[in-house]
Amino acid sequence: MSKHTLSVLVENKPGVLARVAGLFSRRGFNIESLAVGPTEHPDISRMTIVVSVDELPLEQVTKQLNKLINVIKIVELEPTVAVQRELLLVKVRADATVRSQVLETVQLFRAKVVDVSPEALTIEATGTADKLDALLRMLEPYGLREMVQSGMVAIGRGARSITATAAR
Amino acid sequence: MTSATSRQAPVPGAHTPRPGPPPKPAPPSGTPVRVSGAASLVRSLEAVGCEVVFGIPGGTIMPAYDSLLDSTKLRHVLVRHEQGAGHAATGYAQATGRVGVCMATSGPGATNLVTPLADAYMDSVPVVAITGQQTRALIGTDAFQEADICGITMPITKHNVLVTDPAEIPRAIAEAFHIASTGRPGPVLVDIPKDVLQETTSFSWPPELRLPGYRPTTRPHGKQVREAAKLITSAHRPVLYVGGGVLKAGATEQLRELAELTGIPVVTTLMARGAFPDSHPQHLGMPGMHGTVSAVAAMQKSDLLIALGTRFDDRVTGQLSSFAPEAQVVHADIDPAEISKNRRADVPIVGDCKEILVELIAAVRAEREHGGTADLAPWTAQTSGWRESFPLGYDWPADGALSPQYVIERIGSIAGPEAIYTAGVGQHQMWAAQFVKYERPGTWINSGGLGTMGFAVPAAMGAKFGQPDKVVWAIDGDGCFQMTNQELATCAIEGAPIKVAVINNGNLGMVRQWQNLFYSERYSQTDLGTHKHRIPDFKLLAEALGCVGLRCETREEVDATIARAMEINDRPVVVDFVVGKDAQVWPMVAAGTGNDQIMAARGIRPLFDEDA
Repeated sequence: MSKHTLSVLVENKPGVLARVAGLFSRRGFNIESLAVGPTEHPDISRMTIVVSVDELPLEQVTKQLNKLINVIKIVELEPTVAVQRELLLVKVRADATVRSQVLETVQLFRAKVVDVSPEALTIEATGTADKLDALLRMLEPYGLREMVQSGMVAIGRGARSITATAAR
Repeated sequence: MTSATSRQAPVPGAHTPRPGPPPKPAPPSGTPVRVSGAASLVRSLEAVGCEVVFGIPGGTIMPAYDSLLDSTKLRHVLVRHEQGAGHAATGYAQATGRVGVCMATSGPGATNLVTPLADAYMDSVPVVAITGQQTRALIGTDAFQEADICGITMPITKHNVLVTDPAEIPRAIAEAFHIASTGRPGPVLVDIPKDVLQETTSFSWPPELRLPGYRPTTRPHGKQVREAAKLITSAHRPVLYVGGGVLKAGATEQLRELAELTGIPVVTTLMARGAFPDSHPQHLGMPGMHGTVSAVAAMQKSDLLIALGTRFDDRVTGQLSSFAPEAQVVHADIDPAEISKNRRADVPIVGDCKEILVELIAAVRAEREHGGTADLAPWTAQTSGWRESFPLGYDWPADGALSPQYVIERIGSIAGPEAIYTAGVGQHQMWAAQFVKYERPGTWINSGGLGTMGFAVPAAMGAKFGQPDKVVWAIDGDGCFQMTNQELATCAIEGAPIKVAVINNGNLGMVRQWQNLFYSERYSQTDLGTHKHRIPDFKLLAEALGCVGLRCETREEVDATIARAMEINDRPVVVDFVVGKDAQVWPMVAAGTGNDQIMAARGIRPLFDEDA
């Protein structure tokens, strides 16, 4: 099974997320990551869904998704021609003795400190899943107190827009 | 944007059949008028061409029922159970090709529609369900008779919507009818809170449809059609594998034209009985678990399946890995998700079956003029040979009991191909599919995909309201009949003189057959006691429900009893046909086995033995 990233343009209406999520689960597909947000068109929302699935079942789930009345368009974004990002917020134990080392790691990964207290730093980082994993591995020795991670969002490279034709 | 165009033509009420083509509904003027949400709903239903609504009122839908009183165009049929309303809408839709409409209140009223909605979804029937909902302020508070019916029916409807603004009612109704009846048809539920029905709003028609994500492909791709034509003219053992989509598309004439142009044999699935005349020499019958040996054998040995409006259901293919192993597949369907879902298509064609067939006929003609066509004579001889060697048949029960197959065969002969036949689910359904001879579209209505016991009586009621001038027979089992016979009261009071044949073998017959074949004859919980105790007495039950009750227990009485039932047209008739309990449905492909293992009768495997 391989990972696939689907960009799904949907009508911005109540219940659409439930329709999409329900379809995945009842057809036996597992969603690895999901991110939903607005687009430049107020009537259209965009979901980025990462699924682990083989080619044939992927075709089937895409066709089934397309049958949902509120789904406007589905595009598979190949990693080579798309920019993919996730957001990570992580609270790291960092008292005065290790704070400078932690800050150095933050710098290396071009992450940001967004909150500070005597015992801990809260770090914000964006990037691909690989980069965030690497950052977490570096921070782990200091002690991860709490973390939260967004689903992946992705956008195709180049000037072409997938929303331009969807919003008629 | 698409505009709301009416696909619905008016239908005469059962009491007052009007001769000639029905008049078009006069569209209300486009200028907005101030009305209640409920009046807006009723006006929208009128404007979209709906003439019959099956339903029951209750708390939250009461405003709609109040407005219904003022309508002269809408006929409401007061059913006894919401499930009856749903199946009646399905029967109506299947008999007329129009959208069937049912209405229920919130909570239990709405949840009672779940089974018929799932049924209509599986069989792609255009149905619109309108449900009341608790007032907007109470939604989400576990209020009295509150149920999240949109959430509940999400996986079993083509679409559903909760209307939260009374101004949206006309658009919601227009969209529901549009979605239900176009593309691959299916059920749509419109849930309307009580206060939305009560609020004053403005009504204007037609509304603008806003469905940016809904654009079904009806026009087939020319290149694919030409590819298909090439395969069709070069195949040596082709089979036209016809499903219910051909009926939904109204493409039966085109099917016949293509079949006769090419000489290719035809099989019609359970959902497609009537799409091609049973009397036609090219018809091999029904494929699948209880299909004819000739239909199953032809598909197994075929080198090209031309699948039209069908979905390679497990009941047709048997074990998928050994299904039609040598066949290439041309798969034409309006739903792209069906193509290559179960069996990979070599030539996929997405589109409306009628448009596809029209183009395919032209392409095949062109191909034949250029490159000629393969000689089908040996194949025709082989398929005809199968049909003659393995005709459908049955033995009379050894204990002298009445044969259920004989009863059904006689009903089919006496009522004829103009009548409409509905069925429940089980042995009687399979026999009705096998032994009634169908010649015309829309004359066979059953629950194929979901397999809903209790479908026959309410579906027959709906069919009768849709086609009041036709004889409608519900061929039912004693198990099924006890699930929904309350609708006979509706039929008696509202004027739907249907005829019900209860094929009463005293048992849940199909389950008993499996117990006999696969569970060492251990008959667990299949004896209903309708023989042993004669409870209920179907004759008396029929009379209690305002019908004529008849009983028939011997071969000699069969024709006369059917003739008597045919004479009664002022009220419904129920015939209790007391038949033997040991009759079985043959041929049979046992669940999970390959189609080559088809048994013409117990232990007789004509295809398997031939290969061995």
